[in-house]
Order: sequence, then structure tokens, then C-alpha cells
Amino acid sequence: MKTFFSFVKKEFLYIFRDIPTMIILLLFPILMIILFGFGINTEVRDTRVAVFDPSRDVATQELVNRLSASEYFVIDRYLSDISEAEKVLKKGNVGLVVVFSNNFNENMQRGSASVQLITDGSDPNTASSLANYATAIINQLAVDHAQLATNVGGNNSRLPIINCQFKLLYNPTMKGAYNTVPGVLGLVLMLICTMMTSISIAREKETGTMEVLLVSPVKPITIILSKTAPYFVLSLVNLATTLLLSIFVLKVPVAGSLTLLVGLAMLFIFLCLSLGVLISIVAPSQIVAMLVSAVVMMMPTILLAGLIFPVENMPLILQVIAQILPAKWFIEAVRNVMIKGVGISAISQEVLVLSGMAVMFLAMSVKKFNKRIE
Amino acid sequence: MSVIKVENLTKHFGNFIAVNNITFQVEKGEIFGFLGVNGAGKTTAMRMLCGLSQPTSGSGTVAGYDIASQSEDVKKHIGYMSQKFALYEDLKVWENMRLYAGIYGVPRSEIPAVIDRMLAALGFESEKNTLVKELPLGWKQKLAFSVSIIHRPEIVFLDEPTGGVDPAARRQFWEFIYKAADEGITVFVTTHYMDEAEYCHRVSIMVDGRIEALDTPARLKQQFSVASMDDVFTKLARKAEGGEQ
Repeated sequence: MKTFFSFVKKEFLYIFRDIPTMIILLLFPILMIILFGFGINTEVRDTRVAVFDPSRDVATQELVNRLSASEYFVIDRYLSDISEAEKVLKKGNVGLVVVFSNNFNENMQRGSASVQLITDGSDPNTASSLANYATAIINQLAVDHAQLATNVGGNNSRLPIINCQFKLLYNPTMKGAYNTVPGVLGLVLMLICTMMTSISIAREKETGTMEVLLVSPVKPITIILSKTAPYFVLSLVNLATTLLLSIFVLKVPVAGSLTLLVGLAMLFIFLCLSLGVLISIVAPSQIVAMLVSAVVMMMPTILLAGLIFPVENMPLILQVIAQILPAKWFIEAVRNVMIKGVGISAISQEVLVLSGMAVMFLAMSVKKFNKRIE
Repeated sequence: MSVIKVENLTKHFGNFIAVNNITFQVEKGEIFGFLGVNGAGKTTAMRMLCGLSQPTSGSGTVAGYDIASQSEDVKKHIGYMSQKFALYEDLKVWENMRLYAGIYGVPRSEIPAVIDRMLAALGFESEKNTLVKELPLGWKQKLAFSVSIIHRPEIVFLDEPTGGVDPAARRQFWEFIYKAADEGITVFVTTHYMDEAEYCHRVSIMVDGRIEALDTPARLKQQFSVASMDDVFTKLARKAEGGEQ
């Protein structure tokens, strides 16, 4: 235990003496959150909307007014024919087309009306945000009407349903909004835990200190644990900054349990550390460790884990590859807990996969480590 | 009293025989030179003695512990200095000392005294707070050696400890080695420099995994009827080349 602490102390000294690296490690998540976060948020405001409204009744009028009153939408034009929808979207004149069904008000009073939202899916994040905002406004209308009806006509009226059909042109199966915070979290933890850990262990191999440590009475497990402990602490700091930024700056609240979210992050940190250790055992030098972490792990994570492009829209082969990325499962689970606010049972599959991967990486590390000594 | 005893020690890597049936003993307080060209099997043999590698066959004890079954005990009683002077470059001189003292289980209360004593012995008092990366190579080497015997081990293994260091610093370094031997620490040293082989009490010369010669430098020179260890070495190496053809 004493040996462990003298090691951890040394490791912290090492990190703190390398000031540029430390600054990068601490500022990276903040930068990412701000870049990604504001990149998405500003685009959605004042989106121009085209409306196709064959009914022209009170309900559709009220809906259009509500859309226009929100900070997200500006009513740009009414379309005289549905065929114009694609034209205006393609030209980029409008970002969203709202299509009402015939006899909208009548249908709504009867309990079920439909409205279709068409957006340009080639920019999936914006499209999805638009759809979400519009859907929220439309559903609010339904709820308000139901309440009104209850107040006036007693308790025998029911909630009218407005079927909100969401159609994406050019990118029909798009999902994956709110990727920013979960995505950045996945990326940052991957960077700190996997890349920094693997570099720091590979450095000891390069300078020959690892050899001296192996000849010393220190147990290999103590070496590994003490190498990973400081990065564990650093990751927790980054986790805290990322969450605080997302809550107070990006206004993305944690809908689910914070404990569950932190627990999930810890599981992912553990996984990343095991992976970092594995890479460093296989890699002969710092450069190789860095390349393996950066090219083999970070790049696919950025591109395939749903951080920029939704996984569902990728070609099948890339979707399959995405399944083996730990970050994909983590981002998925965080999104569910943070945005949808689900409990542990809803993310049990992700937790299971992440745990399985962590155990696998750890087992491989131990095996490789013993073999290397031999 | 022998602190290292090796009998028929052999190590195979697949079909390749790195160490072929070597047998030798090293006495307490002795400076034992372990010579051989690159690839002769020196490093492999040394790794087995340090408990880093399991022998394929044969047996050995270091400081009274079996190298195959008691490697953890072996590690507690030996010191090791690698050819890269493995120190932490971004740590100060005294921080390196404190770290290694911690690794080798020097009681915490004794560590400050141990550090002061080492700094005095090295004449490094003024460099206590210097980062190791700012030290000249010769100083790093001396520091690495003192750190490797910080826990007063029975044996210290030095793997090519003088590589890249200038002759003056090398001579100074050997004074440190003699001092350690005088204090009862057995020194097991590999080297490329034949002038250093002359400083050893006894030397062994490995060729292609076997020990081809083992005696005091004086008797080896006599046996091969040459004037220097360099010539002894050349003769043996040439014999090996001839044998391969």
C-alpha cells in the first residue's frame, strides 16, 4: 500500500510538471462542449417554416400561431400545393414544412388528427432538433385542448391525439439528437483514460524504468493500478466539468438519475483504462501507443459512435463495425439516461456489453502482461 | 559463500537456444564480469537470474532463493540497474531517491536520512532539487547506481552500466562499484568494454549461449597467452565465427 502511494504521488508529479499536457487535458472537454454545443444550438433559432394547410380552421391557425410565437420558428410562407414542399426544402428557403391533414380541427375534436413535419435530413442534428421542438409544441396544443374540454364539459372528454408524423427528406431514418454531451463525454474519457494511460505506460517501457520496476519486488498489479489511478481522478474532474457545463451553459439537464449517470461513467472509465493498459502492453513505444489509441480508437469513435453522424444512417458494414466500439454503447446509454431519463433496466443491455468489454480487455491485459515477462 | 549458484541453466525460445546449459557460481563481495557479444545470451541469462524469466531447464539460486519458484524473494534481495539508467527524468534527484526507497520498502521514517546519506556519498548535495533530465549523463549513471543499491541488496545486477559515458566518468563509476563491493554487495556486471573486464575479480565470456571461458582476468590472459582481455575476447569470438561456417 505504501509502495502504491509513493507511485501515485510520482505519477501526479509527472502529470503536473508537464504543464502543456495538463492544460490540454483539463481544457479539452470545456472546448469540445462549447464548440459542439453552441454549433448546434444557434442553428435552430428562427428557422423559417412553410405551411401547407388545406383545412384552414381554428386549430391549424392556433398551431401556426404557437409555432410562430416560439423562438425557434418563423412562419415564412403558405404553400398552395403539397408538391412545392420538396422544392422549397431543396432550395434551402425553409428548414421545416408543416403539412396539416384535411379537416384538422374536426378530426382533433373527434380524437385523432394528423400533421406531418418534413425537414431536411442531410443535416441530421438540426433536423432532429427542429422536429423535437415542433412536436413538443404540437403536443402541448393537444394537452391544452384536453384540459379546456375537461374544464368546460366535465370529466367525460378524453385527450385528443394529434398524430405527429415526422418525415425526413434525404435521410429518412435519422435519429440521434442530443449527441453533444454524451458524445463529448465518451470522447474525453476515451482520450484521458485510454490514450494518456497507454502513453504513460509505454513511456516507462521506452525509458527502461519499467524493466527496473519489474525487477523490483513491486507486484505488476500495483504498477498497473498506480499508473491508472491518477487518470481515474483526472477523468472524474473532467466528468464533473462536462456535466456542469452541459447543465448550466448548454441547458441540457440530467433527466435521469445522476447517480446512475456517474456510475455509468465510472464503468466506462474502467473500461477505457483497461483498454489503455492493453494497448500499452502491446505497443513497444509511446508513438505506437499514441497512434493505436488515436487512429484505431479515437477516430472511429468520433466518426462511428454517433457523435457526428447517426449510426442508424450508416451503411450496414459501418453499423456492424460501430457495434464493437465501446464508446457507441456508452454514448447510447448516456443519451438514454441523461436526455430520456430512463432507469437502469432500460440500459441493461448497454451496461452488460460495457461490462463484458471491460472484463475482456482486463483479461487480455493480464494474459499479455504475463506473456511479455516470460 | 556463493550468493549466485547456477547449474545447467538453459532457455529455449521455440527452436532457438538462447542460453545453453550454463553452470557457474559467484562469491559474496565479488565483482563478476559477464561478457559476450550482442546476442550471446547475456541478457536472457541475467533476466532468469533476476526472476523475470523462467528457465526452460536447469536450476539456480540467487541470495539463497530458487530463481524458478521463489522469484519474488529473489527480487527483494537484489538491485538492478538497466543500461538506460532508468530514472524518472521529470522528477528531481531526491524525488527519484524517495520513489525507489518506497519501492524497495525502506521504512518511511528512515527515508530522509537515507536520501541525505546518498546525496553526501555522491557529492550531490547541491543538486538535490535538480530535475534528473538536466543532469549530465555521467551523473545520471552514478545516481542510477546509488538508487539501485538504496536498499543495501546482497547482489546488484548492472546491465551495461557504462554505455555512452566518457572514459573519465567510467573510471569514476568503477570506484563506486569497488566501494559497494567493499561493503559486501556482490556485483554482477555485463559490459562491452574490455578495459572494464580487467577491473573485475572474475569474468565469464559467453559465446552462442555457452560460457566458453571463466576465470580471473590474469589467468585468462595466461591461458590464451595474450596481453589483454581484448585479445582473449577476440580469440573466443573468432572461434565462434569459425564454428558457424
